[in-house]
Amino acid sequence: MATVAMRVYRSFCPSFSTRSIALRSTTTVARAVGVSAVKALPEQVKIVEVGPRDGLQNEKTIVPTEVKIRLIDMLSEAGLPVIEATSFVSPKWVPQMADQVEVMQGIHRRPGVIYPVLTPNLKGFQAAVKAGAGEVAIFGAASELFSKKNINCSVEESLQRFEEVTKAAKEAGVPVRGYVSCVLGCPYEGKVLPEKVAEVAKRLYAMGCYEISLGDTIGVGTAGSMGEMLAAVMREVPVDALAVHCHDTYGQALANILVALQMGVSVVDSSVAGLGGCPYAQGASGNVATEDVVYMLHGLGIHTGVDLAKLMDAGAYICRALNRRTSSKVAQASCKL
Amino acid sequence: MGNVPDAVKHCLSYEQVIRDYPWLAQWLQEGQVSSLPVAAINTYPEFVKVVEVGPRDGLQNEKEIVPTGVKIQLIDMLSEAGLPVIEATSFVSSKWVPQVAAGAAEVAVFASASETFSRKNINCSIAESMQRFEELIQSAREAHIPVRGYVSCALGCPYEGQILPAKVTEVAKKLYGLGCHEISLGDTIGVGTPGSMAKLLESVLKEVPNHVIAVHCHDTYGQALANVLMALQMGISVVDSSVAGLGGCPYAKGASGNVATEDLLYMLHGLGINTGVDLSKVMSAGDFICKALNRKTNSKVAQANCQP
Repeated sequence: MATVAMRVYRSFCPSFSTRSIALRSTTTVARAVGVSAVKALPEQVKIVEVGPRDGLQNEKTIVPTEVKIRLIDMLSEAGLPVIEATSFVSPKWVPQMADQVEVMQGIHRRPGVIYPVLTPNLKGFQAAVKAGAGEVAIFGAASELFSKKNINCSVEESLQRFEEVTKAAKEAGVPVRGYVSCVLGCPYEGKVLPEKVAEVAKRLYAMGCYEISLGDTIGVGTAGSMGEMLAAVMREVPVDALAVHCHDTYGQALANILVALQMGVSVVDSSVAGLGGCPYAQGASGNVATEDVVYMLHGLGIHTGVDLAKLMDAGAYICRALNRRTSSKVAQASCKL
Repeated sequence: MGNVPDAVKHCLSYEQVIRDYPWLAQWLQEGQVSSLPVAAINTYPEFVKVVEVGPRDGLQNEKEIVPTGVKIQLIDMLSEAGLPVIEATSFVSSKWVPQVAAGAAEVAVFASASETFSRKNINCSIAESMQRFEELIQSAREAHIPVRGYVSCALGCPYEGQILPAKVTEVAKKLYGLGCHEISLGDTIGVGTPGSMAKLLESVLKEVPNHVIAVHCHDTYGQALANVLMALQMGISVVDSSVAGLGGCPYAKGASGNVATEDLLYMLHGLGINTGVDLSKVMSAGDFICKALNRKTNSKVAQANCQP
């Protein structure tokens, strides 16, 4: 069968020369060669499952406690090494997380699996430890406006609050994970400088966070801006301590993750069924779906320890409970290969 | 290059970089996970030609029949957006080619890397299809009509499952030998990942020059843009896509098919790659056709209202 194609041709004279995006200025070439040169992809990637916290927090439907517990248990059975269980912020602000204590006490903790919880301040930290949390997470921002609008204080003020948490956590022997939001763009400020991201990441690392998750909060990043941002951050924080938290609002998440892997990042945050829309873009998607990330990683020969079929069961379960369609393309496809 | 600073020399010549950092070449070869070929430094083409297949491949796979006036309007809007190539076809059998050739700008031939898919889709073996194409391509070339070859199931087949890169290479090489100026490798059911894309291209690029190869990725498993990114890193500079991600997957009910042109452009422009295409005009075209089809867009860029 042949097809006649009517084609519109434009008179382009494209130059097909290649250009290295890693080479920004002559002085950074030597460093760029070391930093942006593609190493072998990591053999293993740790997936941090944020569905039960970040995902559910951004879903409109309030989910009963036993459903949350069941979801977390299913995710544990699927082999996820880290599952963010809940958040110790005031229920006044985040009603979805009001059952934080019951969730912590109700889940079956699988040996070897970590269940971090969000703690915005010292009070939250103390409540979390009391409820049995073994690890906590703190959230900074690379954008001043976002910090003010989101947690009602400047970036500097938030970092000072966090220092109280990391100090107490150190004394209690509780590891702390730091998040930096708006690393590739801000809904209020627009462009965010990679140097600003690096500065915040450096502060969080210096105060004792063992890992810094860099979040593309509104999903505007591309492989280009991801590469530039990581190059800046990696000058201040070792790549082993970095994670990427990509949103799929513009469909760029997997491509951005691929670039991050190529630059040596080996920790990726994702959300089962792609739970959690974008609060800044009505109807748009948010978190990248864990199923789609795992599919890509396994296709790259990278070990994750995750059983994709069991993960898809967990996704199907929570979507039924939320009465919503999955955002995972792998889950939507019925092709069996 | 006497007085030129080292850093500038490195900008100009990869060979120079390797000479000055001999450990780099070895480092790049060590510890290759699953022997994945990787670029030394992330290099990308300066220009990527986007081949818009929405009016043909996209609409063909949509249930709603679209009036001719709407199709024409869509194609006009896509032209205005700056897309360099827009596919809009009518199906003909090989004997009609000489008559249609008078007005046609290009002919496309569709081969498969999978025997079963070939038999089920075009009712003949791969070898038989090549024989048919030989005659057709010959006539087209005599009429000075360029021919584009498509190879479907390049990364997997709904019937056979895994497809060997060597088989895809064999078919692509044959099409190139017959006279196709461009070969589009199609991940027909979207099962490919950057891993399998890299292995495929490593094989094909041994036999067919990179400027001849295009990638036609389906987003059924959400892998399309990551696969395209890998292809770009390996020197491919022609990418097929469909406005609004028109065209579902006929092998996976409810699943998506073609990658959305808007999402592809967003990535390419974010990489600093020139396409000559105005994204906002493509979004208008996507909006137009979705209204006409009474369906929601598959493009995430179109769905997002965020204005950073």
